[in-house]
Amino acid sequence: MTTLALTSLLAAGPAGADGGSFWLPAARSTTAGEVDSLFYLILGISLFFFVLIVAVMLAFVLRYRHRRERPAEPSRDHNLPLELTWTLIPVVLVAVIFFYGFRDYLDITTPPRNSYQVQVEAQQWSWSFTYPNGYTDSVLHVPVARPVELVMTSRDVIHSLYIPAFRIKRDVVPGRYAKVWFEATEPGEYDLFCAEYCGTNHSNMITKVVVHPTGEFETWLGKASNFLEQMTPVDAGRKIFQVRGCQQCHSVDGTAKVGPSLRGVFGHQVRLADGSTVTADENYIRQSILEPASEVVAGFDPVMPTFQGRLSDQEITALIAYLKSLDGN
Amino acid sequence: MASPAHTGGPHLAHHFANLDQQYQSAKLGMWVFLATEVLFFGGLFCAYVVYRANHPEVFLYAHQFLDKRLGALNTAVLICSSFTIAWAVRAAQLKQVRLLILLLSLTFLLASGFLGVKYIEYRQKWEHGLLWARRYHPEVHLVQEGPGHDVEVPGAAPPGPGAQAAQEAPVTPAADGDADRSRIADAASGPVGLAEPMPASGEHRVVAEPHNAQVFFSIYFLMTGLHGIHVLVGMGLMVWLIALAWRGAFAGGNFTRVDMFGLYWHLVDLIWIYLFLLLYLVH
Amino acid sequence: MAVSTPVLPLTDRAAPAGATYLNAERGLRSWLFTLDHKRIGVMYLVVILASFLAGGIFALLVRTELLTPGPTIMGPDTYNKMFTLHGTVMIFLFIIPGIPATLGNFVLPLMLGAKDVALPRLNLASFWIWVTGATVAISAIVLGGVDTGWTFYTPYSTTTNTAVIPMTLGAFILGFSSIFTGLNFIVTIHKMRPEGMTWMRMPLFLWGIYATAIIQVLATPVLGITLLLLVAERVLGVGIFDPALGGDPVLYQHFFWFYSHPAVYIMILPAMAIMSEVIAVFSGKRIFGYRFIAASSIAIAILSFLVWGHHMFVSGQSSLANLVFSALTFAVAIPSAVKVFNWVATMYKGSVRLLTPMLYALSFLFLFTIGGLTGLFLGALATDVHLTDTYFVVAHFHYVMFGGTVIAFLAGLHYWWPKMFGRMYSERWGRVGALLIFVGFNLTFFTQFVMGSHGMPRRYFNYLPRFEGLHQASTVGSYVLGLGFMVVAAYLLHSLFRGAPAPANPWGSATLEWETSSPPPPHNFDEEFDASDPYDIESLEYDPAGGGYRRHDPSAIRLRPAGAP
Repeated sequence: MTTLALTSLLAAGPAGADGGSFWLPAARSTTAGEVDSLFYLILGISLFFFVLIVAVMLAFVLRYRHRRERPAEPSRDHNLPLELTWTLIPVVLVAVIFFYGFRDYLDITTPPRNSYQVQVEAQQWSWSFTYPNGYTDSVLHVPVARPVELVMTSRDVIHSLYIPAFRIKRDVVPGRYAKVWFEATEPGEYDLFCAEYCGTNHSNMITKVVVHPTGEFETWLGKASNFLEQMTPVDAGRKIFQVRGCQQCHSVDGTAKVGPSLRGVFGHQVRLADGSTVTADENYIRQSILEPASEVVAGFDPVMPTFQGRLSDQEITALIAYLKSLDGN
Repeated sequence: MASPAHTGGPHLAHHFANLDQQYQSAKLGMWVFLATEVLFFGGLFCAYVVYRANHPEVFLYAHQFLDKRLGALNTAVLICSSFTIAWAVRAAQLKQVRLLILLLSLTFLLASGFLGVKYIEYRQKWEHGLLWARRYHPEVHLVQEGPGHDVEVPGAAPPGPGAQAAQEAPVTPAADGDADRSRIADAASGPVGLAEPMPASGEHRVVAEPHNAQVFFSIYFLMTGLHGIHVLVGMGLMVWLIALAWRGAFAGGNFTRVDMFGLYWHLVDLIWIYLFLLLYLVH
Repeated sequence: MAVSTPVLPLTDRAAPAGATYLNAERGLRSWLFTLDHKRIGVMYLVVILASFLAGGIFALLVRTELLTPGPTIMGPDTYNKMFTLHGTVMIFLFIIPGIPATLGNFVLPLMLGAKDVALPRLNLASFWIWVTGATVAISAIVLGGVDTGWTFYTPYSTTTNTAVIPMTLGAFILGFSSIFTGLNFIVTIHKMRPEGMTWMRMPLFLWGIYATAIIQVLATPVLGITLLLLVAERVLGVGIFDPALGGDPVLYQHFFWFYSHPAVYIMILPAMAIMSEVIAVFSGKRIFGYRFIAASSIAIAILSFLVWGHHMFVSGQSSLANLVFSALTFAVAIPSAVKVFNWVATMYKGSVRLLTPMLYALSFLFLFTIGGLTGLFLGALATDVHLTDTYFVVAHFHYVMFGGTVIAFLAGLHYWWPKMFGRMYSERWGRVGALLIFVGFNLTFFTQFVMGSHGMPRRYFNYLPRFEGLHQASTVGSYVLGLGFMVVAAYLLHSLFRGAPAPANPWGSATLEWETSSPPPPHNFDEEFDASDPYDIESLEYDPAGGGYRRHDPSAIRLRPAGAP
């Protein structure tokens, strides 16, 4: 009955959507294949024993069903050879599973020497990826067929970086670095989740891994890094607002989220938590970014992290230009 | 079987077959309870081991702020109290009620003495700002008077390179607020003569405070604090036993309760001995 | 041993008029201050089942919210509090005390032919400590709820603005209840076995309870100190787990799981213990492989302390640690697997009666096997990297904790219900309930394996649309489960008032609790016993007159009337 229910659900299930099988998403990294092989090995062994146990159990229940005229027949209450056998066979099987599990684990956790390194910073509730040239984005872009190593840390609580398509996961801990690596085998877009509960928006801490076909990654990086030169200040400011985590907490359409909405904020009076009122001019915006705890808006908690050292003056100027452009209507 | 319930002699509970079964049950129960206490403290000992293994310099530095003499005094006090309570058990077995009350009172006094010394130590720490992590604001530091011999002097410790005062903001590995400090700290451990330069006469070398020195004090207060609570509970139990003894509960030779308390008290003493060794006598 | 007075078969005795433990003394005070292990067991049963109801309601709210990807009936903060409360209530209030405090308390002395546990006042204290701890923990709900998950990982739990302290203090207090219950059971089993009942002649239920008690006594103090440190961190800032203050957040995980892994064996060992009794009795056969089952209970208890790191394979601990923990995790799986083979083998050439306790036992075999086998995926390092922190883990532990422990609890409850309350319940409705629960359970949780292996992380308020179908199926299953439990509650409660009077031994078991009336008198027995063979089931015969079973020769196991020289 379980199988029937499930078959009817498969149509709406994840199997089709992520290109995979009934159990697993499509394998898209060099190490995913061996993880899947182990998964199916364990699945096979499990199915075998499950069917065996349930079949024997049902057979006994039916064959030895209580009949008043036929009481229980005497039989031995222990059988050393049998008990040893059914102990040793599982021992051998789990030893095999353990061995492959460990061997494949070493592959998963040992990055090749020439890996392309991306710095990752996790915070409540967004990811930021900094490429070797210093450019930071909220989406992880990588080249196909090249080992990539992520060097990760957290700004606050423990998070966990999880990419199901690559079969990798690693907790991201504050106060230390964590590393994980992969080599993508197919261009495409794959989900990246936070897998360690971290508060209100834990389930929204989702971003993507974009795997670029050969030769296209460098082009993308070049264009993306130079956005400050290539875009107008307003457009550059909007991009910074989106990829540097501002929009996780500040809307631009009037909705209050964790932080106040910034729609039409520029030039208006702002009421602060200490009761005073200030005008939201360029200096106020800059102060709010660099020392957010100094002028908290009334009705909101002082939870905004500082961007001191994380945003350049040029980026702050672009942000100010963007915020100026937000129409208050 | 007649149960002399009101003469102070052993009273057989209805569910036990005989007095021996009753006594054996109490004893086993008490030993199992002591095992749980060992595991309870075990967590803290484990934290100690982990932090000391990873940061020996913190322990070598910070333990010097503890007064070994007071620690040794407390150790002696508790060992004496173990002796008096063991004797008290014997007195109860021999129905020597007045001696029992005397010895219980002595044990109580010794325990008070222990807590009194601890109070002095804690107050000293408070005055010097040497409290657990978030409240660690040291107003004393160490100067080196000779190889391996540091002395505590007033004044906040100058932090060594990379050291940060305890702060609330999350630490990011990239942050290093002490780029302008170039002084090289003395090695916390190392062969005498290499890592510890002799001070010139009249000159006192300031011992730099290692990063995260406050961890030592967190562990110190947690461990001695939890132990102190157990001493306090023991004192309460002693008052109860004295009251029972006064009312003749032990006149009939029913010494089980004193015996069980004795076991507890010995464990409290034993734990202190380990604390003394691990916190005060760091080498 | 000769007996001077003739012993009436129990089925010939009228139930002692007004002299059962239920009605011997009346009034609230006689219950609240009782020293009678049977009354304490019943009081525990009431409050623990109430906790199960509360935890179940939280679960249904969680599942209802997950009907659609975005907000359905609540926002993210409320959802996070809901799953936290579901976990904390189910684990600390229900399942850890669970079988030992309820069925264990009631049955243990009876199975030993004893009049009570070794330390009855400590037993009552355990109960009131439970009540205190539960009250403090529940107060967290009133004070705004907790949103850390039942695992309270730092630094989130030391920095979040919710009622973490009442919840952790409540759990701390509850820990003492668990410790004292375990302590009591250890002393009782060591010191109060009847004459001739050597360790190898003990019923397996007692081996299971004993192994559980060892874990309760040794592991729970570590949880105690962990929670105390958490509170100290929040209140005083001791900084043990805070990287900004020099601490280590992963150290918290080591401390926490050092208790919480053995804790899951506190949950499953009593369940396995019940299985050994129920399957033997309802197969009409001696249990197969007694020595192995007894030894495996102790082996599991010991090994359970050595595998905590398998909850932390991706936390950053060293590969060496991962290797050792993975290997030991597979080691601890073996005794459990072999027990399943032993139970199935017990039915061979038996006379299997498919009454409600046995239906639950068969469900257990089905569900616990799935739960145990899915543990293999998680014990293997490479697959665990992909599966940990996903719904695969959620499904795995529900299969073992719910499909294992709760199902076994239901089996035990139905098995001992006649003894505890002197009433038989409706067998027909028993089957309906068992079927609903079996179907509802699989529908709820099997789908979660598939979600998890496809990458659906756990503790997610929001989820990607492609998981919607499976989530909806799971939610429907949870409603079926809920219905099943309502059916069970209804006919059990009904039986208290209208059930047929129960004979002393309705099922034909050879353990000592069936040698007294149903329900028992306050002092349990009028006789003292020589050790019986607990699985000498074939020495019992059905007596149509009384509707129950009786021994061929009752005097064979009776030593003398109580108190006689």
